Amino acid sequence: MAEPRSPTLPPLPLAVLVAAATLAVASHVQWLAVWVSVAAAALLAWRILTLVRGVALPPRWMLLLLTIATVAGVFVSYRTVLGRDPGVTLLVMLLFLKLLETRAARDVFVVAFLVYFVALANFFYSQSIPIAGLMLLTVTVATTALVGFSAPGRPLADDLKTAGRMLIQAGPVMLLLFFLFPRVQGPLWGLPQDAYTGVAGLSDTMTPGSISSLSLSDAIAFRVKFEDAAPPRNQLYWRGPVLTDFDGRTWRVSLPQLRRAMSVDAFGAPIDYEVTLEPHNRNWMFALEMPTRLPASARLTSEYLPISFTPIRSRIRYEMRSAPQFQARSGGEPGDLVAALRLPAAFNPRARALAAEWRASFPDQPAIVRRAIEFFRSSRFEYTLEPPLLGRDSVDEFLFDTKQGFCEHFASSFVFLMRAAGVPARVVTGYQGGDANPVDGYMVVRQADAHAWSEVWLPASGWTRVDPTAAAVPIRVELGITAAAPAGAPLLMRGGMQWLRRARYEWDALTNQWNQWVLGYNPDRQLEVLSRFGMKQPSWETMTLTLFWSVGGVLLLVALWLLRGARRQDAVQRAWLRFCNKLARKGLARPRTEGPLDYSARVSRRLPESEGAVRAIANLYVEQRYGRAVDADSLARLKTLVREFAP
Amino acid sequence: MKFDRVLQYSQAYNFYQWAFRRHGPEPGVVFLTQRRVYILPTRPGLIFGVAIILMLIGSINYNLSLGYVLTFLLAGLGVVSILHTFRNLVHLYIGGGRAASVFAGDTAQFQIVLENRDRLTRHSLELACGPARARCDVPSQRHQTVELGVKAERRGWLPLPRVTIDTRFPLGLTRAWSYVQPDMRALVYPRPDTAPLPVPEADSETGDAVSTGVGTDDFAGLRPYQSNDSPRHVAWKASARSEMLLTKFFSGRASSEMWFDWQRLPQAMGVEARLSRLARWVLLAEERGLRFGLRLPGTSVPPGEGLPHRDRCLRELALYHG
Repeated sequence: MAEPRSPTLPPLPLAVLVAAATLAVASHVQWLAVWVSVAAAALLAWRILTLVRGVALPPRWMLLLLTIATVAGVFVSYRTVLGRDPGVTLLVMLLFLKLLETRAARDVFVVAFLVYFVALANFFYSQSIPIAGLMLLTVTVATTALVGFSAPGRPLADDLKTAGRMLIQAGPVMLLLFFLFPRVQGPLWGLPQDAYTGVAGLSDTMTPGSISSLSLSDAIAFRVKFEDAAPPRNQLYWRGPVLTDFDGRTWRVSLPQLRRAMSVDAFGAPIDYEVTLEPHNRNWMFALEMPTRLPASARLTSEYLPISFTPIRSRIRYEMRSAPQFQARSGGEPGDLVAALRLPAAFNPRARALAAEWRASFPDQPAIVRRAIEFFRSSRFEYTLEPPLLGRDSVDEFLFDTKQGFCEHFASSFVFLMRAAGVPARVVTGYQGGDANPVDGYMVVRQADAHAWSEVWLPASGWTRVDPTAAAVPIRVELGITAAAPAGAPLLMRGGMQWLRRARYEWDALTNQWNQWVLGYNPDRQLEVLSRFGMKQPSWETMTLTLFWSVGGVLLLVALWLLRGARRQDAVQRAWLRFCNKLARKGLARPRTEGPLDYSARVSRRLPESEGAVRAIANLYVEQRYGRAVDADSLARLKTLVREFAP
Repeated sequence: MKFDRVLQYSQAYNFYQWAFRRHGPEPGVVFLTQRRVYILPTRPGLIFGVAIILMLIGSINYNLSLGYVLTFLLAGLGVVSILHTFRNLVHLYIGGGRAASVFAGDTAQFQIVLENRDRLTRHSLELACGPARARCDVPSQRHQTVELGVKAERRGWLPLPRVTIDTRFPLGLTRAWSYVQPDMRALVYPRPDTAPLPVPEADSETGDAVSTGVGTDDFAGLRPYQSNDSPRHVAWKASARSEMLLTKFFSGRASSEMWFDWQRLPQAMGVEARLSRLARWVLLAEERGLRFGLRLPGTSVPPGEGLPHRDRCLRELALYHG
């Protein structure tokens, strides 16, 4: 069935196919290992030289050697050939190796299908609008190449037109399948270990420099839609992992505990909002301090952190309610407080001395806390994204020598001082602030908004937030990271360039719609959309049935469009052909060269008994075919005569 | 009840036609109705289907929304290509053209005329008849004639066997095909052998003697063309080689007649050998511009000359039953 039809493939579609392969791999370059990109470029160059200059294709044994070398290279790079990244690498190399082995029609199809696979593999890394556009272009070019191979010798523009027309007709089918195909929440089986590497976000440890490195990224952490007006910026503390264990340099989360009796005493009007969280491969879900009502899929730990049971590996949406004024009295069991006082010995003697001095001179814990805040406010700390490196006694060096730091330095030193002074305290990481997009009203919280602050336990009010950064550098909390450290902030977040800012808002809004409707179209959203169209609790059977009928309807329309006018146009001709065929069965076939009137004369001589009908039919045919415009009457008469004609 | 029976029969008839389409040659112009065009995926088409399923599984497993989009777009493309392939073949008019006569052992060229009355061009139609293949495009509102060669094994009428017409346009993922058998036949003459012309015997009826003047019997040589020479005697092949027009001239009896007679051939020759020998003589005689007649058991062709006469004689030889 698929034997090669011609020994040599037509060069133009082959060039188009090479272009499609190049487009499919183009955006992979940013994710592939360098040697892979170089090798792929070399293979591509070879193929292009073959097309342009007629350089010979490599012999089979060389391709075999190259394949073995590729697999070996992947193994050396990744220590395995399984998994996502090695798989994509192999796919890309396979595509270019196969491109050097396209000799027959069969190879062309293999290359085209590999192009489709490589295009799909792009989405492992990015599903942004530009990548989607690039892949649509790739598919169009690959399809154009296939059209070119099936009809060689046509101008490229015609192939492109055919491919474009088919893709446009495939569009409605794609939309129906996308919205109606019963969605299953993946994964179907265990994913390779490296499936989710490379997602940015907060981690469960904090060392000096870990949050400031996040601040360089304008990647989006989550988006928020508030039911009512957004609270003021200095109240936007998005609570993340709580770090209690300290070893002198690194803060770590303790094992999360779920307790039944977690309560928050809320004051003032609650805030309702919906969060669209980007995947970060961790369990925690961010909420405004302090969350009072959680989504069904979340639980609250003893540290007031909402967590989900499984790591968040795809974009999720959830609704939350928080109280801006609160007292968090749970999570203060004796064990918790002991953990919140533990300090490694033999670190930071000067800070310890200062804390001991405060402990001696102030009677109660709130007074100690107030003194510490005052200390931070008055000590002329400098807020910088590039603080000097610190040695063994990092807290001492920061507090008394360098006085330059980022929020993790402030939070870490403050909690150290509190614990040394006997006040239970811990570090809270998360995000502070957010940027409201005036275009669509969503607030965008970026990785650059990552922040760390402190919590102290006061018997009267429970866990109480203290942000030493806000005390030392109030502008950070009032106006955000861009105002506090303008030079280091990501380009797009800097102030000043109004048009750039405007463009960014527009683009963010578009991306958000894309995320909500295209990328975020999961089983839940599907049910939501379908019920909006009147399908109450659709089961997968009804979805499949609807899908079947609607796709069938679309295809029927396409078929009607393609076959339009083919019949109607030829009613006269059809009647005439029927007449000729009737005669042909009697051995009086009409040669192509014989005109209708000559034919009728000849037939009349042979069949004198039907002369009347024959001449009438021929005259009607000539009249309608070559004479004046067709009218319904004479057409009907012609049809009747032909139907009744029996030679 | 009766209606059901009719329907049942018609379905059975359709199936019969579909499965064992054996209703011989069709006279006139064949119109490819939708029922006559069959369509199935090609092997690459099946692989394409498997690839789409793999891509779907990958998209589900990794929750790739754009993976779904790409997969479904390709699925739509595959389905739409079925319609396009079908459209590329259906509603085509196919008729027989000319089929020139050939000698046994040669290849008869059957002309098949494809007519496209639609507004859309038909691309890459492939016609196959035994080992013969032809490929063509038929632009909108145009005729296109293709030739299919069929090996002529035996003398007599050679009907055109069933022709498969198929197309894989536009993607090569699906193949639409149909069977047509226009009512066409080519006349196959007996294969001439290599014998020379017989020595003409004196004919008792005319009693001509051998003369040495210029006649029309024996080829004597070539001379430059003169304006009053008969075009029949121009030596076209030799002229083509020598750059000047040459005329064959003959010596012998003027306007004598030859008879090629079945009966006078040696008794040992079989039927086909005799026909081959006679065909050879007819060809040679016509080439030399002789006047000749043909006698076969039961029939005879009176003496004559020229191509129509030659063809008439060869036709008698081709259709000889005896």
